[in-house]
Amino acid sequence: MRTIVQVTDAVVETPSTITLRFPYAHPADPGQFVMVWLPGDDELPMSLSYIDGPSKGITIKAMGETSRRVLALRRGAAIGVRGPYGNRFDVSPPRVLVVGGGSGAAVLAPAVERARAGGAAVTVALGATGSGELLFRDRLRAAGARVEVATDDGSEGTRGYVTGLAGTLLATERFDVVWTCGPEVMMNKVVAAAGPKGVPVFCSVERHMKCALGMCDACALGPYHVCTDGPVFPASHLTATEDFSRFHRDPSGRRIPFVSPAPG
Amino acid sequence: MADLGVRIAGLSLRSPFLLASGIWGESGESLAGAWRAGAGGVITKSIGEGPRPGYPNPTVEVYDQWGLLNAMGLPNPGIDEYPQEIEIARRAGATVIGSVFAGTAPEFARLSERIEATGVRAIELNLSCPHAEGFGTEVGSDPADVQRIVRAVVERVHVPVIAKITPNTADAGALALAAEQGGAAAISAINTVRGLAIDVTLRRPVLAHGLGGLSGAAIKPVGLACVWQIYRRVKIPVIGVGGIRTGTDALEYVMAGARALQVGTAITFEGIGAFGRLNRELSERLDALGYARLEDAVGAAQTASA
Repeated sequence: MRTIVQVTDAVVETPSTITLRFPYAHPADPGQFVMVWLPGDDELPMSLSYIDGPSKGITIKAMGETSRRVLALRRGAAIGVRGPYGNRFDVSPPRVLVVGGGSGAAVLAPAVERARAGGAAVTVALGATGSGELLFRDRLRAAGARVEVATDDGSEGTRGYVTGLAGTLLATERFDVVWTCGPEVMMNKVVAAAGPKGVPVFCSVERHMKCALGMCDACALGPYHVCTDGPVFPASHLTATEDFSRFHRDPSGRRIPFVSPAPG
Repeated sequence: MADLGVRIAGLSLRSPFLLASGIWGESGESLAGAWRAGAGGVITKSIGEGPRPGYPNPTVEVYDQWGLLNAMGLPNPGIDEYPQEIEIARRAGATVIGSVFAGTAPEFARLSERIEATGVRAIELNLSCPHAEGFGTEVGSDPADVQRIVRAVVERVHVPVIAKITPNTADAGALALAAEQGGAAAISAINTVRGLAIDVTLRRPVLAHGLGGLSGAAIKPVGLACVWQIYRRVKIPVIGVGGIRTGTDALEYVMAGARALQVGTAITFEGIGAFGRLNRELSERLDALGYARLEDAVGAAQTASA
């Protein structure tokens, strides 16, 4: 059930982020992920950052050892792909606020493009450590989204965390829905900011994953399996768990507190 | 509606369908979910002495809807941390059966004592994982080893002890008999069937570990044959497992001699709703055949062929 494909393009997006394009004809929805196998190495869940047409794409930020090896892949490399798996963002609401931190824009960008194609007004609050790490800023603008930027070092847009920017937007404008992806502590702040406004928030979350089929329980988050019940969840479901923004599980299944709150 | 309640190894189960070990079960909330969905009981992931990450990915290969090959490598949080997950499932009211794996009889006994202290209603010994060095099949293929391990555990705990045995052997009946002689209260049969998948483009095995264990519809005839043989060799009850997807599959196992059942791959493919559907289908099938109680159908095919 895996398809072995050859990487057709490796695009450097930022100093720490790369996009790999590969032929994979299966239809995909915004928010879905694939399992990507590096033969002889490991297999990881990766959100699809390009979902239209026969050429799909994944966009990876250097995090662990394996993702660093993914970053080293070049055109012609053979990878195994299975999926797509998981649910999707509902792109029907007319006024959308999108909040992306870290490499969160990888999964949000195709949702923004679909929403724009459907005529929605989309505002993106995009955050990064600095100007050079802003992922898909130009792509999102090209899709017709209004992109507001926050950088930790102030090198572009507002200085500070993207959650502050998102809070300002929520306080001053009207949205029907918020989509967010990034570190969970960041997403939790977005949820807190949207709560008083009564704007529903959908979060794309990440957990260690093995089977991606709903068997192994590695990606258990509260009563949910991220692979089959997610990765996109209504925030109200997540905040009802003990795990969201507080615990994840290591490969043995132990519950581990999220270390040092990530920027957000 | 036919009565699906069964008594097995001193336990009263509201349904014969148990969540098989290895499916979900790392998290107490997942176990609780299976219970709420209608499972008759839930069996934990196999728990060992310490935290164990399992094998690297790929850990699974899927064959459409008929089979699933896996080599997870017995990942588990270890006996120090796992009791909190059992507690979550118990608070939800679930009948929890604790599964343990170890490399020696004394280790099995020590672990079983500790998992018994969490309030599990029975203990299932994993004598049959087909892909973990030093565990599972490697300690569960020789009847003398099986008997020694079961006896060591039975001498240390008060709850019923269930031996889950391997189909990767010439004579599953002999392993079951050894477990009975060791004092087991029931036999679970079967664990996965050893298997391999190869990617011909890459000229290498697909699973990181190479060998794995096959589950799902493909192994139903293998499981049925083992249950059939075991039923003829032992007096203790048999729990049938392997490829049960429908009420009819379940009834085949029951007529071969199983008194309770385990499901795993069907849950993986269909989701949690499979428990409710299986309960309904089995009950309807029993009604149609004129059985008032599931227990009346146990071994029905054995009688006919005797």
